[in-house]
Amino acid sequence: MTDVRLLYFASLRDAAGQGEEAWSTDAPDLRALYAELQARHGFSLPVEQLRVAVDGTFARWSDAVRGGSEIAFIPPVSGG
Amino acid sequence: MDDRDFWLADAPVDLALLRRRVEHERAGAFASFEGWVRNHNEGRPVLGLRYESYVALAEDEGAKVVAEARDRFALCAAVCVHRIGDLAIGDMAVWVGVSAPHRGAAFDACRYIIDEIKDRVPIWKHERYADGDAGWLHPEPARGDRA
Repeated sequence: MTDVRLLYFASLRDAAGQGEEAWSTDAPDLRALYAELQARHGFSLPVEQLRVAVDGTFARWSDAVRGGSEIAFIPPVSGG
Repeated sequence: MDDRDFWLADAPVDLALLRRRVEHERAGAFASFEGWVRNHNEGRPVLGLRYESYVALAEDEGAKVVAEARDRFALCAAVCVHRIGDLAIGDMAVWVGVSAPHRGAAFDACRYIIDEIKDRVPIWKHERYADGDAGWLHPEPARGDRA
């Protein structure tokens, strides 16, 4: 198992009921990790509409899940 | 006043001080854009809103946007600030200011910065409606179809 810290924003945070959580996963990559969390929290946003960031930098969904990393799921933005 | 080219502010920002940030002896043109909180969205009366951000990533990505504008256009200075927290109708949500030797670059860079900020920077708007409803805005990415 790989231990990571997850950050949720906007509607994802509302759906998860928390802004962050510690999580242990066997997911091989970030895409699989999101699928796991989608099942856990009932996230309605499909992965195609999200971006993902690891340790404060945008990452690829095919990137492996690194132990100790901070992973943020970025819903479609609406600033401006 | 913050000395960075892009930052998130959790309180109103002094416009005169912002403008001073882009004053330059080589500048013959200054263009600015202000985004304001409007009282409606897609036909629904809006009472107010809140902006939330992933601050570290937003400030990093916002700085990249401003740096790109400097690379693409002949500028003297460029600054952008975006509010976070609770805002009321009429409040300024975002300010972009650009100075350049000539107006073309100033207009173009100003437009580039606000478009990219809206497109890429992790900031989210939570609107409260007159009918008691409220919700996050998560527009589906659609480049070229910007509000």
